Amino acid sequence: MKRKIPVIITSLVGTVLILSVFFPPAERMGEDFSIFFDIIAVFAFFLGGGNLVRIHGNKIYKKARDWGFSAVTLAGFFLMLAAGLFKIANPGGIAADVTAQGSLFQMLYDWIFNPLGASMYALLAFYVASASYRAFRAKNKEATILLIAAFIILLGRTPLGVYATAWIPEQFSLMQIPNLAIWIMTAPNLAGQRAIMIGIALGVISMSLRLILGVERTYLGTDNE
Amino acid sequence: MEIFGTWLAAFFTLGIISFLYRDNAWYKLCESIFVGISAGYWFVTLFWDNIHGLFWERITERHDYWLLIGASLGLMMLLRLIPPIGWISRWPLSFVVGATAGLYIINYFASNVMVQVENTLMPLFSAKFGDPLFSASPYSIVGNIVVAAGTFTGLVYFFFSKEHKGAFGGMAKIGIWTIMITFGASFGYTVMSRMSLLIGRMDFIFGDWLGLIR
Repeated sequence: MKRKIPVIITSLVGTVLILSVFFPPAERMGEDFSIFFDIIAVFAFFLGGGNLVRIHGNKIYKKARDWGFSAVTLAGFFLMLAAGLFKIANPGGIAADVTAQGSLFQMLYDWIFNPLGASMYALLAFYVASASYRAFRAKNKEATILLIAAFIILLGRTPLGVYATAWIPEQFSLMQIPNLAIWIMTAPNLAGQRAIMIGIALGVISMSLRLILGVERTYLGTDNE
Repeated sequence: MEIFGTWLAAFFTLGIISFLYRDNAWYKLCESIFVGISAGYWFVTLFWDNIHGLFWERITERHDYWLLIGASLGLMMLLRLIPPIGWISRWPLSFVVGATAGLYIINYFASNVMVQVENTLMPLFSAKFGDPLFSASPYSIVGNIVVAAGTFTGLVYFFFSKEHKGAFGGMAKIGIWTIMITFGASFGYTVMSRMSLLIGRMDFIFGDWLGLIR
């Protein structure tokens, strides 16, 4: 019961979705299942929200180390929830779009969420730079190829790349760094991307088959759970 | 109000950047706010898009009552919070796994295998029947050869059922070189995108906030 029913559901749903491609009357079923999928995904997110409240709530209750930051996290979470669910200060009222200009939800997005997210990713620029210093050492042939490709792409997107090779005559324009960067992107890079993409697709297909046939059951966890 | 928003955004931007000095309370404060605010943001967005738009409106306006099955499965997911009957949450999970597997088999095969192979096997010399044989430019001829050979040798590298020795090993070697070029290009692109984000934040600090850049 605990393991058989889930395996049957997986096989049935997977098979129906595959068959729905070949049988037009079953096509609607495929669309319906996709909507179910979206609805379940929201509940999974609710579960995540519940876990966030539980974990940080526990930290605050036990006055664990740095519990003040947990309180800030929960305050931010509930503030955003209240602003979005009750559409606080929304110029169009409760019937208007949640992201209407002037609403508290949109203000929190523009003033807090957006700058924080952009700064977090911008911070990575420094770590990428320090990682490049360590990675960009031509230790062997493969590392040298990686280094040259990355260097050409980086230089090809900057004014320095344009100025450095502008003297190369028109008939050898491919040797100009910006053109070379474009060629790398459209030829060898594309080939590598395709090889990786096809490899991943074949892996996904075989894994999906294992799931539908009930061979792969690790997603069910153990019986102790 | 706009000025207050700019100051608030500057406070959070500098708070995150302060991590470059070392882990500190200002950064932790910003980090905690980001976690809470982003969880709340996605919660609200998914609620209005999926629960209200996809579920509630369709039930009340179009009477699509079969959607209740999806909602029941969703509610079952929450049973994970009640340990004695937590195992029921495996049913919606199985539904998601089955639906993903069913959709991916067809979609991945169509878009990531068939289409990619079709686009790799391009005519080397003349793209259209009836055109002069050498109508294609040497640039595109070489490009098509590199794409076809690179994709094939890249796949040879990923084939581990045969030992990489002899001619097969040679092809695998060319394959790994192609893949290294891809990694280098991706790395270069990642650096550029992060740099442009950093430039964006600096533009905000020195332009919008301090007004030093006009």
